[in-house]
Amino acid sequence: MANFYTDNPDLKHHLTHPMMRKIVELKERNYTEAEKYDFAPINYDDAIDNYERTLEIVGEICGEVIAANAESVDHQGPRVENNRVIYADGTQENLDVCRKAGLMGMAMPRRFGGLNFPITPYIMAADIVSRADTGFENLWGLQDCAETLYEFGNDDQRSRFIPRVCAGETMSMDLTEPDAGSDLQSVMLKATQKEDGTWVLNGVKRFITNGDSDIHLVLARSEEGTKDGRGLSMFIYDKRNGGVDVRRIENKMGIKGSPTCELTYKNAPAELCGSTRMGLIKYVMALMNGARLGIAAQSVGVSEICYREAVAYAKERRQFGKAIIEFPAVAEMLAVIKAKLDASRSLLYETARYVDLYKAIEDIERERKLTPEEKAELKGYRKFADALTPMSKGMSSEYCNQNAYDCIQVHGGSGFMKDYACERVYRDARITSIYEGTTQLQVVAAIRHVTTGTYKALIDGYAATEFKAELQPMAENLKRLTALYEEAIAAVSAEGKAEYTDFMARRLVEMAGNIVMGYLLLLDANRNESFTASANVYNKIAEAEVCKHHEFIKNFRPEQLAFYGVGAAEA
Amino acid sequence: MSLNIIVLAKQVPDTRNVGKDAMKEDGTINRAALPAIFNPEDLNALEQALRLKDAHPGSKVTILTMGLPRAAEVIREAIFRGADTGIVLTDRALGGADTLATSYSLAQAVKKFGNYDIILGGRQAIDGDTAQVGPQIAEKLGIPQVTYAEDILEVKDGHIVVKRRLEHGVETVKAPLPCVVTVNGSAAPCRPRNAKRVMQYKRAVSPSEAKSLAPEIAAIVEKRPDLQLQEWGAAYVEADPKQIGLAGSPTKVKSIENVVFTAKESRCIDGSNDAQLEDLIQELITNHTIG
Repeated sequence: MANFYTDNPDLKHHLTHPMMRKIVELKERNYTEAEKYDFAPINYDDAIDNYERTLEIVGEICGEVIAANAESVDHQGPRVENNRVIYADGTQENLDVCRKAGLMGMAMPRRFGGLNFPITPYIMAADIVSRADTGFENLWGLQDCAETLYEFGNDDQRSRFIPRVCAGETMSMDLTEPDAGSDLQSVMLKATQKEDGTWVLNGVKRFITNGDSDIHLVLARSEEGTKDGRGLSMFIYDKRNGGVDVRRIENKMGIKGSPTCELTYKNAPAELCGSTRMGLIKYVMALMNGARLGIAAQSVGVSEICYREAVAYAKERRQFGKAIIEFPAVAEMLAVIKAKLDASRSLLYETARYVDLYKAIEDIERERKLTPEEKAELKGYRKFADALTPMSKGMSSEYCNQNAYDCIQVHGGSGFMKDYACERVYRDARITSIYEGTTQLQVVAAIRHVTTGTYKALIDGYAATEFKAELQPMAENLKRLTALYEEAIAAVSAEGKAEYTDFMARRLVEMAGNIVMGYLLLLDANRNESFTASANVYNKIAEAEVCKHHEFIKNFRPEQLAFYGVGAAEA
Repeated sequence: MSLNIIVLAKQVPDTRNVGKDAMKEDGTINRAALPAIFNPEDLNALEQALRLKDAHPGSKVTILTMGLPRAAEVIREAIFRGADTGIVLTDRALGGADTLATSYSLAQAVKKFGNYDIILGGRQAIDGDTAQVGPQIAEKLGIPQVTYAEDILEVKDGHIVVKRRLEHGVETVKAPLPCVVTVNGSAAPCRPRNAKRVMQYKRAVSPSEAKSLAPEIAAIVEKRPDLQLQEWGAAYVEADPKQIGLAGSPTKVKSIENVVFTAKESRCIDGSNDAQLEDLIQELITNHTIG
């Protein structure tokens, strides 16, 4: 009778963060939706009650069905028959139960059949689902493609497609091609407009998660003769119309239940979403930001299962006459896993809250003109969301990989065998730091927020908090680390070369991440004592990491770049 | 053809994870130590009802439960999963009933309810494990009964076709409507609670629960008939006082003792293929050895 929501009180702690009051008010238009819909909340407490009851359903389904299916799904995997994907039996069962529970289209407006949930509780569901089966989170989580369709599609498209997603039809985002991975500007799939104005798609896509979905968002080249991102547009392909076949599915290392497809488009009818030429530069960027938050949630779910599996084993396994958890070396590993888990979860929800704030105001803008104050708010929230999203995705995906490594280490030889879940989790974790932009690309997106001071503005905001006396030493330490971070930024920018900044970017972004997460855990501990241990452990991790990077940057001589092969290609 | 379906459901103490404190010194159940849950096989019955509703648009599923006023929880749980409404049959006079008095009381409620096509219920409740109430209701109403049902295959032309799970195999039977069908734990598990329905119906209350609502919530309930559960008493269902409660219960518990098995029963089962293993596991689950 496991319930993955109720067995984890940290989730409620984040769900009831003080900022939620404003988020829910905006999202529910001051609770006026309750006049129209009998399932809309009448006030803040009612809304939180709705989210909790829904998360209890998610937790129950995850504990009872999805987690139980994870192993068989990993073994069986999906297959292709007659150019169509057939899911593993467990995957199909998972999808059916999620549909019946009404957990699709959770964040979509009520008028399109959704639950009108803010991103924060939706992302919490993703966190829970990922703990149960990381690969299934991909299929379930692709419902956030509907967000992009809602934001950029026209009213007719919204009302035709979004209710279908809410009723349980699946989605996919068809971006990658054999020669266009991280570099999406090189996309070649051809979109041709016929004389009657309709479009057809021709070409190949590769590595498409859930590529046999019901409704696809497709990035294609609509402007013949162009070669860069400005010639790309976004299209909606409806599987009911036919024209896209699954040629094969990849044999992957992990998340095996999630079919990764190679697709061929043969005169596949499609409709334009938004305007031409905006496909990559606007819509896919928005789509990717949503997807990155999803992967951050997926990573946190992975860290959660790592921690639980490691602790359970360490308590049960006895060596030298005692449980191995009693050995300091093992206890430390567990404390570090937990600290990284808690830190990445705090960052995840901080990010989700800023995404919620700016998206809610942006949605109000669809109904009426914003006041100048609202416009300023929107700009500020969007900037924080843009800064936190790549940090959250980058750091939490790296952490979940480290945690999966340590989880196996705690299991010793048994962890290397196929008998324990940690082996699967280790394989599943690996993709998180690769897809939706590698960690290296997250750094590229994040570094401007180091140089323009967005992170510093967030950090200053956190530092202004009044912390409890017992937390003061940690707050002081974070202030010291912030000074080192600023020194490091100054040292890198003094060098003035783009190449040098690129080389140091990862270090600077990580320093910012360590300090931000250090503060977030401190804020958690300020509100809830149960976070004190993780706040302390993470404070030490942040200290070690920031000092390490600071030393590296301070003592680095620019001519040493050559030894790293940087700049060698031009020489 | 749309159907009018009654599902009999019982709120029971969760006897599946019984700890040391599950029984009081005097041998009665320590209800405080055991959470009150939806009787598991009644959930299987509810799923069969909801499948019929899916297949026959316009059908209505009503939960009928007898117990304390708080048994309304069972009705809400069923509504969250897709049932339409429910009735709590509750009355001090009904307390202490054995299966005979219980089935009489429920049969009276069904008569009061009137026009019904199918009465579904779990095979048995995990607190008493008698499996008598369903069949006794059918007898009292003078209608056919199908027990050990695993799957309702069809409802057509005034008949129901049901697959039954028996000790050594399955049997498919056909019965005229109206009838009583009691459902086995081996039937399909119940669908989950639906998020939207939970938000829509979380304020569904019985009249006795409505008394303690905050004024703003009471106003909402007042406006929405679909949130108003019914509560029926013994007099309302025209029950004969002599046939209900303790007075109507010939079964008297003389004493209860805590039995600890000393010798282990053993049985040898041949075979090692998946189907045989599945049968064994199914049997162990059914007799509560595991699960």
